[in-house]
Amino acid sequence: MSDRSQLISTGESFAFDAERDAEFERLVVRYPIRESMIMPALWMAQEQAGWISAEAIEYIADRIGTFPAKVLELATFYTMYQLKPVGRYHICVCRTLSCWLRGKQDIVDYLADEIGIKPGEMTEDGKFSFEEVECLGHCGTAPVVQINGEFHEEMDLKKFKALLATLT
Amino acid sequence: MKKIELVIDGQSVSVAPGTTVLEAARMVGIYIPTLCHDPHLEPYGACRLCIVRIDGMRGLPTSCTTPVQQNMSVVTEDEEITRVRRGIVELALADHPSDCLTCVKSDECELRRVASYLGVEKKSLEHLHKRTHVADLDTSNPAFDFDRNKCVLCGICVRVCKEMVGLGAIDLCGRGYETRVSTFAGKQWSDTICQSCGECVEHCPTGALTPKRAVIPQREVKTLCPFCGVGCSIYAGVRGNRIVRVRGDRDNPVSMGGLCVKGRFGYDFVNHPDRLTTPLIRKEGVPRSAGLAQNVSVEDIFSPADWDEALSVAAAGLEEILDAEGADALAVLSSAKCTNEDNYLIQKFARAALHTNNVDHCARLCHASTVAAAIESFGDGAMSNSVSDIAEAEAIFIIGSNTTECHPIIARRLKQNIRRNGARLIVADPRRTELAGIAEKHLSHRPGTDVALLNAMMNWIVECGLHDHRFIDERCEGFTPFLENLKEYDPDRAALITGVRADDIREAAELFARAASAVIIYGMGITQHTTGVDNVKSVANLLMLTGNMGRKGTGFSPLRGQNNVQGACDMGALPTVYPGYQRIDDPEVRARFTTAWGIGLNDRNGLALTDMITAADRGTLHGMYIIGENPLMSEPHLEHTRTAITKLRFLAVQDIFPTETALLADVILPATCFAETTGTFTNTERRIQMVRRALNPPGSARPDWHIISDLSCRLGYPMSYPDSSAIMDEIARLTPIYGGISHRRLQRPDGLQWPCWDSRHPGTPRLHEHRFTRGRGKFYAVSYKPPAEIPSTDFPLMLTTGRVLEHFHTGSMSRRSRVLESLKPQGHLDMCGEDARIIGVQADEFILVSSPRGKITVKVRIDNNVPRGTVFMAFHWKESPANVLTNSAVDPVARIPEYKVSSVLVTKAAHVPPQAEKTIH
Repeated sequence: MSDRSQLISTGESFAFDAERDAEFERLVVRYPIRESMIMPALWMAQEQAGWISAEAIEYIADRIGTFPAKVLELATFYTMYQLKPVGRYHICVCRTLSCWLRGKQDIVDYLADEIGIKPGEMTEDGKFSFEEVECLGHCGTAPVVQINGEFHEEMDLKKFKALLATLT
Repeated sequence: MKKIELVIDGQSVSVAPGTTVLEAARMVGIYIPTLCHDPHLEPYGACRLCIVRIDGMRGLPTSCTTPVQQNMSVVTEDEEITRVRRGIVELALADHPSDCLTCVKSDECELRRVASYLGVEKKSLEHLHKRTHVADLDTSNPAFDFDRNKCVLCGICVRVCKEMVGLGAIDLCGRGYETRVSTFAGKQWSDTICQSCGECVEHCPTGALTPKRAVIPQREVKTLCPFCGVGCSIYAGVRGNRIVRVRGDRDNPVSMGGLCVKGRFGYDFVNHPDRLTTPLIRKEGVPRSAGLAQNVSVEDIFSPADWDEALSVAAAGLEEILDAEGADALAVLSSAKCTNEDNYLIQKFARAALHTNNVDHCARLCHASTVAAAIESFGDGAMSNSVSDIAEAEAIFIIGSNTTECHPIIARRLKQNIRRNGARLIVADPRRTELAGIAEKHLSHRPGTDVALLNAMMNWIVECGLHDHRFIDERCEGFTPFLENLKEYDPDRAALITGVRADDIREAAELFARAASAVIIYGMGITQHTTGVDNVKSVANLLMLTGNMGRKGTGFSPLRGQNNVQGACDMGALPTVYPGYQRIDDPEVRARFTTAWGIGLNDRNGLALTDMITAADRGTLHGMYIIGENPLMSEPHLEHTRTAITKLRFLAVQDIFPTETALLADVILPATCFAETTGTFTNTERRIQMVRRALNPPGSARPDWHIISDLSCRLGYPMSYPDSSAIMDEIARLTPIYGGISHRRLQRPDGLQWPCWDSRHPGTPRLHEHRFTRGRGKFYAVSYKPPAEIPSTDFPLMLTTGRVLEHFHTGSMSRRSRVLESLKPQGHLDMCGEDARIIGVQADEFILVSSPRGKITVKVRIDNNVPRGTVFMAFHWKESPANVLTNSAVDPVARIPEYKVSSVLVTKAAHVPPQAEKTIH
């Protein structure tokens, strides 16, 4: 897992765009407890900006009527929320038992040695970022790699290299 | 309600429905270990230590989250339960530093207690022990430290901050092994919204959150916090002759165990080296004005004296003026920080020994308008309801009160009401205060336009037919002229006066009027105006109009500022009334006091505090005896006050510190503080509670009532009381509303609320329940009048003054507390970014603030919660005394100054004042 202890401040205020603003209002009435809207709102913020800044968290807390620290709690618990900028291709490698046993380390080592990024890092050109994540729920087809939300199953180093080559 | 019967470990138990198994077990004295349970918080079920076996239930349920059921059979301990519990504690300990001997939590550590109880095995600990890294301590907060290594992730601190305090400064972040208690964005504790109340510290079961300089007390004394009118009961932990720790009293109905930063960490002023320990007499040849000089020391002006000498000087000074100028050339200032017993004796001293009614205290500066107006509207000048009504109201309207900073524990109860019961909040305040930020409606009206705002709300309520016809018909009078007057105040017109959108006024009015029960809370924002009495009458009108008086969850809630300002008023430390608001111009009353005190009494109304200053300036008042008050910081237009006080022929000051005022005195008499005396304080909701002596007085300092008795004897009016409880007995005999009060009865944890007519009367939590004290509640037709001073081209900004959370009054106590002074060492003027940009000043830059009365240099703080055209300052700092600027114009009836509106000019400071080296003890 990448370091999730720091929140980054952009110094600029955050607000949902018109489309997401409407989406927020559409969704929020579904929840009897307003705080339940925190997770969808975090998703929306991440979709909009690519990652979640301190300002985005404060905005969500204010919009929902809860404490910023409460939103932070959820944002730091779920690894799917990015608390710092990610690359154009964000690579998640599952590190839980099945994937570990089936060779996820080869992929992790390759990324470190050849691409030059350790978990939590991003290539200088901003093309790739990478992190290790907990179980992605596809243990039957381990090891699993997820890139920008898309699953790539039964990976090995060869397939992984070929996959990266297709990404421009 | 039908009780539920169950069996726990073979014992039959009968408890109320809704009780948890854990609570039921603890009720009958069965110990079940826990780490995450706290009786003040909602059940959490995280630590899993409280597991039990229940017949018919699968597995081992957590007793803290399992409600009791009829005929339940519970086993709290067997071999398997112990094994599982031990495993849990071993895992918690595996990651825990083993420095119990040096840990300040010491014997109070819940983890240690649980571990010893369960018999954790050394072997398994060694097997499990794994410390990958040691996290740094967060020592940034001046009051407490956070050691993450000792945290067991019980979540109590997080829940306390959320559920009790309603602040949410911290939360559990990360997951798995990386889970930790974190401030927002992982900042240092001191850089966050944390208000340093230390509630998390008190509730932390381990040594993770500990007070700085923590010491376990040798004994605890139950007494009261001296820092505001809320009246939180505390346990003062004493070691030697110091208060080393303070914790909240969980049986107290006001605070329910809660304390704010002042109430928990502000007590080191008691042992501050500046305390007056011996009487002081001004040196021969040193003029009174010497005390006005900067950086002057007590030794330069005064020489120590013994009590006999000092009391002789005091008596001679007073007698000389008495003989030469008559009784009304003397005035006494009593203190809202002193006990009821002290205040009673002080006003008795003024009236019986000095023959003058010139006795007043700082209520003149805070709630004089409340007392005057509410007596006319309702018949009683006090808060009508209890704090519990605020915690139960459906709607709460706060006007002119920054409750979270000035009455933090009441604000907590209010926030809990919002969080738990969905109460709806309206805040009217020029500034966007913390509560305005969470309110459903924030009306940012221009300072001094309260009458227009309130009238417009009432206009709209009547327009919508939302007023309570029945209540008005049955319980009130004066409705027709009042109604006629309202017609002028339609929201559109009021919008022009107040600067609040007409629709916002309408919506707020409807929100308030539609609630089944609503309460109005207000503070100095209403009272400190030349229209203070009008403002309070308007508040009273709104409550009567909507029938929100005398029922649960309703009422009139002026929040009193100082710890015993209610009591000082009740005791008659006022120029027009004897104890219990009995008017001195009533011959029957005067006759009763004449008989009781055995001396003829002056029948002329005395001077109000603000008028005393004027009289001193004009040369009609020649001598003052000032107790525990500091007019040289607290009066408006300080330059005028300084001149006036300097002109006095004689000035005696009785205080605990050499205040700005004391430095001008001829004689200073050292008094005891709250911790060294026994007596009573009356809180904002009329609750009389015991203050108990915890420490010996420093040096030869003596309780105020002692000093007064001795001085009175010397002036030929003997007073003799064996202790303060004898004074209370005399108060009870002469003050009908205190008729049933005695120290013996006040031993109960909740005190007694006046009126308490006789020794069997249970006290009165709510006034005006079936009839108003004056019979019918009276509506007044109140017209809007602009403030005395409005911005001009020379002084274009509107200055409004107030307080901050960390300091109390003129700072004589709070600024001598290490923690409080570290948190807020310096004054600042708050202004919005836009105004700062126009003036061309940056954050933290020194600026010059001038008003028609004077100028001061102070730092500017950019705060966009302050509206454009308005600036805000608190008045605690002697280095930048806001009252140099404030207007001394007063309300014609209540004689309260208009602290809330004066006009100022802000410019860049030509030179930066040399900052004195800060020494914090």
